[in-house]
Amino acid sequence: MKAVHYLNQFFAGLGGEDKAETPPTRLEGAVGPGRGLADELGDIEIVATLACGDDYFAEHEEEALATLLGYLAEDGPDVFIAGPAFGSGRYGYACGTLVASAAERGIPSVVAMHPENPGVDAAGKAYVVPTAVNVAGMRDALPRLARLATALAQGRELGTADDEGYLPRGFRRNYFAEKTGAERAVDLLLAKLGGEAHTEVGGGLDRVEPPAAVRDLSETLVALVTEAGCVPQGNPDRLASVRAKGWLRYELDGAETLSASRYESVHGGFDVSLANEDPNRLVPLDTARALEREGRIGRVHETFYTTTGNGTPVVTSTRFGREIAGELREAGVGAVLLSGT
Amino acid sequence: MLAKEIERAGIPTVYVTSLPTVATMIGANRIVRGPAITHPFGMDEAERRRIVERALELLETDVEPNTVWEVVE
Repeated sequence: MKAVHYLNQFFAGLGGEDKAETPPTRLEGAVGPGRGLADELGDIEIVATLACGDDYFAEHEEEALATLLGYLAEDGPDVFIAGPAFGSGRYGYACGTLVASAAERGIPSVVAMHPENPGVDAAGKAYVVPTAVNVAGMRDALPRLARLATALAQGRELGTADDEGYLPRGFRRNYFAEKTGAERAVDLLLAKLGGEAHTEVGGGLDRVEPPAAVRDLSETLVALVTEAGCVPQGNPDRLASVRAKGWLRYELDGAETLSASRYESVHGGFDVSLANEDPNRLVPLDTARALEREGRIGRVHETFYTTTGNGTPVVTSTRFGREIAGELREAGVGAVLLSGT
Repeated sequence: MLAKEIERAGIPTVYVTSLPTVATMIGANRIVRGPAITHPFGMDEAERRRIVERALELLETDVEPNTVWEVVE
C-alpha cells in the first residue's frame, strides 16, 4: 500500500523562514521526519513527499491547493498524511486545508497538530491526531500518526476519537447502551460522591486567573469589544453572520454615539431589529462617552473590535481573542467592556 | 472566549451577556448579566448607564473566578 506525505519547507529540508515562499514541489519517497514515519508505517510505503512554503500556501492558496492535489491524484495513494505541524499556525493551516480537500476527493487523510492550532479548524472531515505544541513532541507523535494512517489505508472502520487517538470531529454516532441514561447518571453520581469525577461528555476548557482590579478607572483607557456583530452600515468588510472567519476593527473617530444610520448588526443568531434601532444597545458608546466626559473613565479607546460570536469553534474564537488582546495590550488598554449575546 | 483570552493578556474585562451560565462555562471571570440577548447593554440610556456603571464597579473589584453580578435596579 502507498502513502503520500506533506511537509512544509522547513521539515522537507528546503530551508527555514527564508524559504517560506517555496512553491509546491514533489520529492521522491520519504523525507526528513517522513523517514521516521515510514519506519512506523511498516508495509505502507511513502512513495512521495509533497512540500510547499508556508507563506506561499497562505498567499496563493488556490494555486497551491490545485497543484498539490494534482500531484496527489497522480500518485493515487491509499492514505494522505500531513505534518506533524505541532503549533505552527501557517503550517497547520496548510496541512488542514490540504487534508480536508483530499478527504473530500475520497482520499483517506490524516494530519497531526496541536489541538489549539488554527489548522484544526481547517481540517474539516479529515482526521486530526493531537500532538505537543512543538517539535519536541515528534517522537511521540509519529507512531500515533502512523497508527491512524494505517487504519485509514486498510479501510478499517474507526472507533471513537478516544479509542483511536484522534480529535473528536463533532459527529455523533448512535449506539445502544446496556444501561439506561438514568442508571448511568446515578453511577456517575455515586462515583462522584466517592471522590471520582467522570463524564460521558467531554469538557476540558482551561481556566484563566481573573486579572487584578483596575486601580483607577479615571486614568484608564477603556476599550469596547463586541461579539454581537456590530459593523458599519452595509457591512463593508463582509463580516459573516455565522461562523465568522475573522474579526474587524473600526475607528470611532471621536464619535459620541453609535448612530443607527451608520451602524448595524449582522449577527445571524438573534433578532437584530432592536440593535439596529439603536446600536448603543450592543456597544454602549453613548454611555461610555458620557462617563469619559464626567471623568469616571479616563478615555474611550477610539478603536472598537467586532466579530460575530455565532457558531464559532472554540479554537477559532480563542485565536480571535488572542489577536485582539495583542492589539489592546499594545495600545495600552487597561480595561475592556465586552458585549456578548 | 474573547473575554478569557483578553483576560489572559492581563486586561480586566467585563463580559456583559444575558447568558451568564454560558459565560461561566467557558471561563470568563467578570460577568454582568444583561437584560436580553437582543440588547445586552439595555434599551435606553438610563438602563445602559446602570449596566455600564455596574460593569465599571466590577472592573474595580478583585474577584474570584467566574463571578457573575446582577444589575441593581
